[in-house]
Amino acid sequence: MKSAAAPTPYTLNHPRWYRKRVSTYWWLQRWEYLRFVLREISSVFIAWFVVLTLVQIYSASKGPNAYGDFLEFLKNPFVVALNIISFFFVVYHSITWFNLSARAMSIRVGGKKVPGFMISGPNFVAWFVISAVIAWLLLRR
Amino acid sequence: MADTIKLEVSRYSPETDAAPHFQSFEVPFRRDWVVLDALNYIKDKQDGSLTYRWSCRMGICGSCGMLVNGEPKLTCATFLADYAPQSIRVEPLRNFPVIRDLVIAMNDFMRKLQKMKPWLIRKDEKPVSEGEYLQTPEQLEAFKQYSMCINCMLCYAACPVYGLDPLFSGPAAIALAQRYNLDSRDQGAKDRFPVLSQHDAIWGCTFVGECTRVCPKHVDPAGAIQQYKLTAALDWAKSVLMPWGGK
Repeated sequence: MKSAAAPTPYTLNHPRWYRKRVSTYWWLQRWEYLRFVLREISSVFIAWFVVLTLVQIYSASKGPNAYGDFLEFLKNPFVVALNIISFFFVVYHSITWFNLSARAMSIRVGGKKVPGFMISGPNFVAWFVISAVIAWLLLRR
Repeated sequence: MADTIKLEVSRYSPETDAAPHFQSFEVPFRRDWVVLDALNYIKDKQDGSLTYRWSCRMGICGSCGMLVNGEPKLTCATFLADYAPQSIRVEPLRNFPVIRDLVIAMNDFMRKLQKMKPWLIRKDEKPVSEGEYLQTPEQLEAFKQYSMCINCMLCYAACPVYGLDPLFSGPAAIALAQRYNLDSRDQGAKDRFPVLSQHDAIWGCTFVGECTRVCPKHVDPAGAIQQYKLTAALDWAKSVLMPWGGK
């Protein structure tokens, strides 16, 4: 049967999806996210310690006067404050690094996955032992 | 103990609402009820227009993922008793567009999943008459954890990288690619490599680790991504050091 009227065109359904924008302060909304952001920011303080160490070695190579100037620079209250903050970030960075390395590595022995603490544990032990040896070297009189 | 519990449920009707709002419901508090039971009660007795996805109510279908008090959860495995007497806030999964009430659009995830070729790829298909491709328990163990994924998308709701960069392939898709890469029967790792070793795929991941924390099936997508980063980096190092090596 033929119809004179044109067929009704098929209209595609376009649902009005609601999209929520991610807040600029998303990293403050959950403790886990804040911990992650602090972990990432800690790399800036690691970089600061690396630069400081390089400058220390450089000034030591330039003789006692240059090294004296460097030590004087370290006594600046702002540098002391920055170094104290950096120290905590470096410790935090190291702890999270060792914990994450256990999760990022999949080592299998005899077909069984080695548990995480077997990977992070030796790292922590090595860290403490090396730190203790360095502390002993520096502090012995 | 109170005999009812309050649920604040996110409602969004594309026909009438500009943005979602919360609606409160009082439902009977029963120790053996999960959030999904409460939603079903609301739909049966109080408001039939409440829209949400669910199917198996036993943690296998991956349909009923929602935010419960802001945390991505399978509502079929989230007991009211763990929140009572406080009220419970139920919202659609974060980082996805909302179609209606608690239903999100999963098109993006499905497209990304398909790009990973999550199936067994063989160069030489042996005839059926020769039987199965056999595997030892060790070979099964290598990928079994990743095969537990039920595509519930809780990991996408937990991942801030996916929220900020919608092009990011996301945790489950990469973990499932890895599931096939690690399967001894599969020969498609090289086919998946160009898809996986992208900025939008493994290198987009900053190892927040939330995907692994919220995964109801203990798949550990974060671990899968970092392990594949190692594989990709070693592959790159090999290609630089031994450009003549058979690739």
